[in-house]
Amino acid sequence: MDDDVIRGMTIVNKGSITYPPPKIEVSVSPKKEEKKIEPTAEPVKKKTTVLPGLIALSSLFVVGAFAPASFMNHFTVFVLSCFVGYMVIWNVTASLHTPLMSVTNAVSSIIIIGAITQISTTDTLSLILSGVAVFIASINIFGGFAVTKRMLGMFRK
Amino acid sequence: MNLEILSIEVVRALYIVSAVLFIMTLGGLSNPETSRKGNMYGMSAMFIAIIGTFLGPQVSSNYGLLIILILLGGSIGLILSKKVQMTEMPELVAILHSLVGMAAVLVGLVNFINPTQEYIGVEKTIHSIEIYIGIFIGMVTFSGSIIAFGKLSGKLSGNPLLLPAKHYLNLFMILAIVYFGNSFISSNNINEAMLPLAIMLAISFFFGIHLVASIGGADMPVVVSMLNSYSGWAASATGFMLSNDLLIIVGALVGSSGAILSYIMCRAMNRSFISVIAGGFGTESTTIVASDTEQGEVQAIDIDEFKNMITTSKKIAIIPGYGMAVAQAQFVVNEIINILKTKNIEVIFVIHPVAGRMPGHMNVLLAEAQIPYDIVFEMEEVNDDFDNIDLSIVIGANDIVNPSALEDPNSPIAGMPVIECWKGGHTVVMKRGMSTGYAGVENPLFFKDNTRMLFGDAKESLSQLLTLNN
Repeated sequence: MDDDVIRGMTIVNKGSITYPPPKIEVSVSPKKEEKKIEPTAEPVKKKTTVLPGLIALSSLFVVGAFAPASFMNHFTVFVLSCFVGYMVIWNVTASLHTPLMSVTNAVSSIIIIGAITQISTTDTLSLILSGVAVFIASINIFGGFAVTKRMLGMFRK
Repeated sequence: MNLEILSIEVVRALYIVSAVLFIMTLGGLSNPETSRKGNMYGMSAMFIAIIGTFLGPQVSSNYGLLIILILLGGSIGLILSKKVQMTEMPELVAILHSLVGMAAVLVGLVNFINPTQEYIGVEKTIHSIEIYIGIFIGMVTFSGSIIAFGKLSGKLSGNPLLLPAKHYLNLFMILAIVYFGNSFISSNNINEAMLPLAIMLAISFFFGIHLVASIGGADMPVVVSMLNSYSGWAASATGFMLSNDLLIIVGALVGSSGAILSYIMCRAMNRSFISVIAGGFGTESTTIVASDTEQGEVQAIDIDEFKNMITTSKKIAIIPGYGMAVAQAQFVVNEIINILKTKNIEVIFVIHPVAGRMPGHMNVLLAEAQIPYDIVFEMEEVNDDFDNIDLSIVIGANDIVNPSALEDPNSPIAGMPVIECWKGGHTVVMKRGMSTGYAGVENPLFFKDNTRMLFGDAKESLSQLLTLNN
């Protein structure tokens, strides 16, 4: 009965029930300790990802409860675009992050569309403001795309 | 003259085409081969969107003025893009961001004083919120980018502005903006709403200035990405205001792009986004005296020994920092690697994410010097592989090769991922003197057994290497 293996297999010995056997003390305990460290790290991670998710979800409900249908349509487009952006941008290679910034700069000048739709007005102040907006957004569009083109042209094998 | 050729449905269809092309633009940047095509997609997307709007029902007059303004602005943009030096890219991007912000403010203002549509009830409230938020983000982007431009171009000091109780100041400004937002929304007519809007404009102008001014020079890559993100959100908010899905989509794409870049930059410096915004990198570290432990002595070498080390190596890793670009040494480096190629010595470049002054800046600087991009690697790709590298040459970099980030938990840059060149054969650090980097931290790398220091101007020292051939 001194042998761990024999002791573990024995159920009845000399008329007395010896099952369950005591836990076997294994000499390779350091491995166990290493394993213990990992699970303590994981729950912390989970907490941080669950909480923002919950906040996002509940704020979505709040938006849905008060906002009219027209807003929800745009909001759907907005959230989906954020996710498309998220997926696409992580695929951008790190070496092209500067061109990425200059091209997104040009792309965000799409705001010119807003200014263009406002320019057909008889109100002088509105005309001046939207005219200036068209002008500075154009600087951005041409400058942004041209400088991106210049940079990308330099990347050669 | 009336050019309302396209119905609103056709214009919307064109917007879908444009949105898809914009997504393909960003998708194209996944590798340098497809990126040039991607940029073309972007230009055609913009062209389609503008032409569609131009010929659509929302534009009914002032066509000539519109064309003149676009051409005028466009030529200024083209001139800017031709003139800019690659080292000045962060400044250019910053100033262009400010233009997007300003455009968002202007479009918001016009929509406010000259509404195209009457809203009632909840829709009116939401529309007012959209105008208010759109103008707010636009203004913060505008003034923040101007300050970022000033700091990056050296017109303003790179040191963080540390006003007393600055966190309370920020909090106070945000509360004031919310307060005036409430009175803006609940006002019954334009005249009543004008005052809270004007006050908000002024506060958000100072808010943007204060936000960027309190951030230190070393954190500028994060700031530029952050403003990139803001310019996207500004476009998106304008899209909500105008009920224009194209603006919403494109703004969201740009906004998430900038947000991801900010995240990558923060991770590369092991800083949380909040602490960057809270400002003042280097404010704590300057008070930390260099560690008192014995550093040992540096081993300086001269150019002949350096030549010897190079020619006896099989694989060399060059680790560039922004100092290399300041010394304009990248062109000489390219000549050297061409010589080394003929000698069958393999050369690679290892880039730390914050090696330049904006994300990916160093890659562009190397590409400008005609260094082929297929020998340029990211830090993560090489860090486990330094056993195979005989010689690492550090040019104008300091903090990004500092082992104390990994070894000393008390170091101000502890936990920041660094290029672990000391694990390779030898490291030669080319440096002007023994000064510290941005973070103001001593670098134990200089005192390691397998590190040699080559003092002097990087460009001059490298030029002397050109005689390697003989």
